Amino acid sequence: MSTFVLLTITGLGLGAMYFLVASGLSLIYGLMGVLNFAHGAFITVGAYLAWWFGEQAGGGAGTRLLVGGALGIAGGALVAALVELCLIRPLYGRPVEQVLVTVGLALALGALVQGIWGADAKPFPVPSWMIDTTTILGANVPNDRFVEIGAAAVVLLGLTAFLRYTRFGLVIRAGVENRAMVSALGIDVRLAFTIVFALGGALAALAGVLSGVYFSVVDPGRGTSLLIFAFIVVVIGGFGSIGGSAIAAVAVGLIQQYANYYASSGTGDLAVVLLLALVLLVRPTGLAPKVAH
Amino acid sequence: MSTALSVSDLHVHLGESHVLQGVSFDVPAGGVTALLGRNGVGKTTTIRAVLGLVPRSRGSVTVLGDDVTRLSTHAVVRRGVGYVPEDRDVFSGLTVEENLRLAERNGHARYELVYELFPELRERAGQRAGTLSGGQQQMVAIARALLNENRLLLVDEPTKGLAPALVTDVAAALERAAELTTILLVEQNLRVVQRVARDVVVLDAGRVVHTGPAQELLADPEHVRRLLGVHGGGH
Repeated sequence: MSTFVLLTITGLGLGAMYFLVASGLSLIYGLMGVLNFAHGAFITVGAYLAWWFGEQAGGGAGTRLLVGGALGIAGGALVAALVELCLIRPLYGRPVEQVLVTVGLALALGALVQGIWGADAKPFPVPSWMIDTTTILGANVPNDRFVEIGAAAVVLLGLTAFLRYTRFGLVIRAGVENRAMVSALGIDVRLAFTIVFALGGALAALAGVLSGVYFSVVDPGRGTSLLIFAFIVVVIGGFGSIGGSAIAAVAVGLIQQYANYYASSGTGDLAVVLLLALVLLVRPTGLAPKVAH
Repeated sequence: MSTALSVSDLHVHLGESHVLQGVSFDVPAGGVTALLGRNGVGKTTTIRAVLGLVPRSRGSVTVLGDDVTRLSTHAVVRRGVGYVPEDRDVFSGLTVEENLRLAERNGHARYELVYELFPELRERAGQRAGTLSGGQQQMVAIARALLNENRLLLVDEPTKGLAPALVTDVAAALERAAELTTILLVEQNLRVVQRVARDVVVLDAGRVVHTGPAQELLADPEHVRRLLGVHGGGH
């Protein structure tokens, strides 16, 4: 029983990170039709900026995580907004060129991070209370798992409220359905594009910070490995659906953990791909397609 | 009489197809001008090109005296242009109230007018637009355009697919709207055209082939048949 509890909470923690990456990815594609392969780079940049700013701030691990995390998230948002304004905006309506640019950017940003800070993993500041465990039904669960799950839950509630109760949220939800008609109502949908890109960058950077806590290190390949599963989550959840992404992220995180333990190590990834294939066969548009709520 | 909309030598290519081949016409301010023609002659493309929803290859568009040829869609609309698209294009995941709120462009939204014309929308404010009937969705689409004090409405086939009773309601709403603003109306139903339109512009194969008073054209069944391929008096 204790093993099952530990696997479940660890799976939820992993799912939380997938959700943070997938929600931005999903909104960006749903609203703008941009398949953003550079999203993984936002994760890496956010994680490295958090580590670097934390080192500059000094102090205890808690202070470094807090200061570095906040600035890393802000940095992720800024980088994403600049990418949208400088590289994506001139290419609207040219999806092939957009994909090529985001793929190139992913490679370039990854190389830049590696060029500045090296290829070796960096130790991430993790406060001792996060490393400590809490016993639940006999399972000793590391406390950082609760932080990751809590952060994703807050983001889910915040995003839902943002989309439901704000003017920008209304524009984004409508734009996911039909952005030409949003323009035809006199709304400059380009501003919504930039906001969604920045929001996606901030959430990706938050995932980068939390992945630093989860693994206790940051490395240049972090973004790429998370992005692959985030793409799977987005496809399963339905492009443009935050709720769909949340459900799919939890499913992917749990299945990965259960399969790795109960089948054999390494089968978790295979199980996730099988789930993807099953969803594509039964419900090709995902669980909750094209409605941002 | 001043001009609400002036289209001059407008060309539009969609893929390999040269859809509009030098369309030119003026819409006088006030009342309804109907844009007529057989299926596929470029009526909807003309409306969409005025708004910048399809790229214009050549020509100019002037709305209420402003050259909007190089403006993006939202900027054209913000000059005081309302749009009721052919397929309604309501946001199905949003409620009726959210569809209307999204259309608000300033603090002077005319909810009283909209609810006077379509009282049903008040009752269904909390209902998702995707669950409405076709007629109710058309009410939302027209209401969105009437919510702001637009000086020109581009209305594309508002009665398409509607039951006869609803066609009458939509025609009445257009008549009321025409008291407040200028309307360029694409419409296949000649009874509706006869009821609401003052002028007509007829397109054929991407070109304007006739302009003039609506009643003059509709009074000549042979001319109607030649231009539109239908008998006058509606269908």
